[in-house]
Amino acid sequence: MSTTSANVTTATVEKKPSRRRRMSDGRPRSIFAIVVMVLLCLLWTMPTLGLLVTSFRTREDAASTGWWSALLNPITANWTTANYSGVFEGQDMGTGFINSLVVAIPATVIPIMFAAFAAYAFSFMDFRGKDLLFVSIVAVMVVPIQVAFAPMLDILGPRGLGISGQYISVWLLHTGFGMPLAIYTIRNYMATLPRTVIESAKIDGATHFQTFWKLIVPMSVPVIAAFAILQFLWVWNDLLIAKLFLNSGNATVIVQLQQLLGTQGQGAELLTAGAFVSMVLPMAVFFALQRYFVRGLTSGAVKG
Amino acid sequence: MTARSVETTSGPDPTESREISAPRGADPVKLGIGIVGMVAVAWLVGNLFLAFAYYPEWFANSKILIGALALVAGVGGAYLFFLFLNMAVEGLPERMSEKATPYAYLFPGFGAIALMLLYPTIQTINYSFANADSTEYVGLQNYQDIFGSQEFRDSILNNVLWLLIVPAVTVAIGVVVAVLADKLTPQGEKIAKSVIFAPMAISFVGASAIWLLVYAFDTTGLLNAIWAAFGGDPVAWLNTSTARLNSILMMVILIWLQVGFAMILLSSAIKGVPEDTIEAARIDGATELQIFWQVVIPQIKGTIITVFITVLILVLKVFDIVYVLTNGNFKSNVIANLFFNRLFADDQAGQAAAIVVILLIAVLPVLWYQVRHFREEEAGR
Repeated sequence: MSTTSANVTTATVEKKPSRRRRMSDGRPRSIFAIVVMVLLCLLWTMPTLGLLVTSFRTREDAASTGWWSALLNPITANWTTANYSGVFEGQDMGTGFINSLVVAIPATVIPIMFAAFAAYAFSFMDFRGKDLLFVSIVAVMVVPIQVAFAPMLDILGPRGLGISGQYISVWLLHTGFGMPLAIYTIRNYMATLPRTVIESAKIDGATHFQTFWKLIVPMSVPVIAAFAILQFLWVWNDLLIAKLFLNSGNATVIVQLQQLLGTQGQGAELLTAGAFVSMVLPMAVFFALQRYFVRGLTSGAVKG
Repeated sequence: MTARSVETTSGPDPTESREISAPRGADPVKLGIGIVGMVAVAWLVGNLFLAFAYYPEWFANSKILIGALALVAGVGGAYLFFLFLNMAVEGLPERMSEKATPYAYLFPGFGAIALMLLYPTIQTINYSFANADSTEYVGLQNYQDIFGSQEFRDSILNNVLWLLIVPAVTVAIGVVVAVLADKLTPQGEKIAKSVIFAPMAISFVGASAIWLLVYAFDTTGLLNAIWAAFGGDPVAWLNTSTARLNSILMMVILIWLQVGFAMILLSSAIKGVPEDTIEAARIDGATELQIFWQVVIPQIKGTIITVFITVLILVLKVFDIVYVLTNGNFKSNVIANLFFNRLFADDQAGQAAAIVVILLIAVLPVLWYQVRHFREEEAGR
């Protein structure tokens, strides 16, 4: 008993590295790390696994037993894909999915255009008030978006332009709300680019506009990709803005899912399938582009 | 790449011209075309976007067509706008042009921020002194009302709990995961990190749906199954406000979502700790735990603070999870949810604005810290 517990604590093991098995790269193998990480990974996947399993169970089954019992007796359990067809036919989540795409793609791309120019000015130009203006970006990043709801509903709603409920109002709001972080992130990356490149382009007679498009944008692709992923996830997963500024015909999957969450009894079985539908695309984007995302996140934040 | 871009350059060289010839004068044609072009692009794109909203039938009521056109018009329009903006600025006399270019590049981005963040902030502060439908000033009445309400005080208490627990626990688990993942094989580390990072792609609403299966009030819930294994009767967890249990259970969801983000940043910081500092400590006979606390942690302090502040800002505004799971019932309300209900369910715009102002005041210390931290970082750059 005492020997097993001694093996599990790192401190004890580390004192005698010679007697331990080593990994292929020569570092000592840590049993403690393996055990804890396996447990954590199980803990982290368990809830999502439960959702996935439940989404294929009938309502009667899901209401009477836990999802793990279906997984333990896969043959006797009643499996069904009816929840998924119900979500697309009854709840019209197909339309919601398209709405989410139509909202998220322009709301991701447009702010990057504006932010990249501003970031260029902050990185490679000297002008009066530069410091103050950039500090104001840092400050505005912290402002809660709740401040904007009532005033923006006045401007965009029937009392103003009357475009509340349409995609454009959401594109506009996400452009504004994403802008401080976009400028901040892209500028932090551009500031690490060698200034000599800009100087030599200037001596060769290139204007700022040419330098921006031909040199700086290609060199900034990693950070632009990272911010694009972050903004896409944020817009796709957003509930507040979509709920307040889109009419029911333009509702995104997240808004539809929130409405499903309020359902009790009949239709409650659709919730799990709906949740899964809303997660598929961001998950795919995330895993496909994870490398860029991680690189962008760490290059921007871990410096000081 | 540089050579070709140089050949296409038009206009005199800005650096040489100063020495050889007199400064370039104004070019009214360029200036004129630029200004007219800017206005035309803004007008066209603006009207096109309004047409999407007012006359969807022009676009065959097709969402996909509207989305695609918006993307093309948005990106193309922004490109053309900057092109004309640049032309106009270049049309100015050289001295003025050099001074105006940076402001021209900043203008669209700052315009968006001013319209959607700065103006609303001022307007919200203004509304907080007005009545329920913002038609008449009522002085400090709204502030008296909200501070007098038990619900507001409960929300503040809950928010403080969220702030005390979530960022600290997230950072702690993030550090543990980052350190332990570093001890695995490269393959194992990659898989483990992906698994922990994955919830970052899930929405707060989706995460709530996922955890609803864990917290279900009957025996189909995972937590109740575990509870029953220890001999307990099924509990309606999210309705249980004893010791703010329901709030804590909702915090677990946010921690589950955010640990991946913390781990990624912390892991890259830990990998940046110089190996020889650890080796030196090891030779001096330090245990792994001593190395961790006295060598690794001090060197990643900066990243720990960055992650802590990022999660802190997120927690201050926590809304979705509470809104969909309890809507603030059973003593689990938070400020952002209280604001939402005051504004939309109770039609109390004035009180809602006052709540946001309180939230704004609450973020001021964070804001001050952020600015100070940024200045220190810039000084060391």
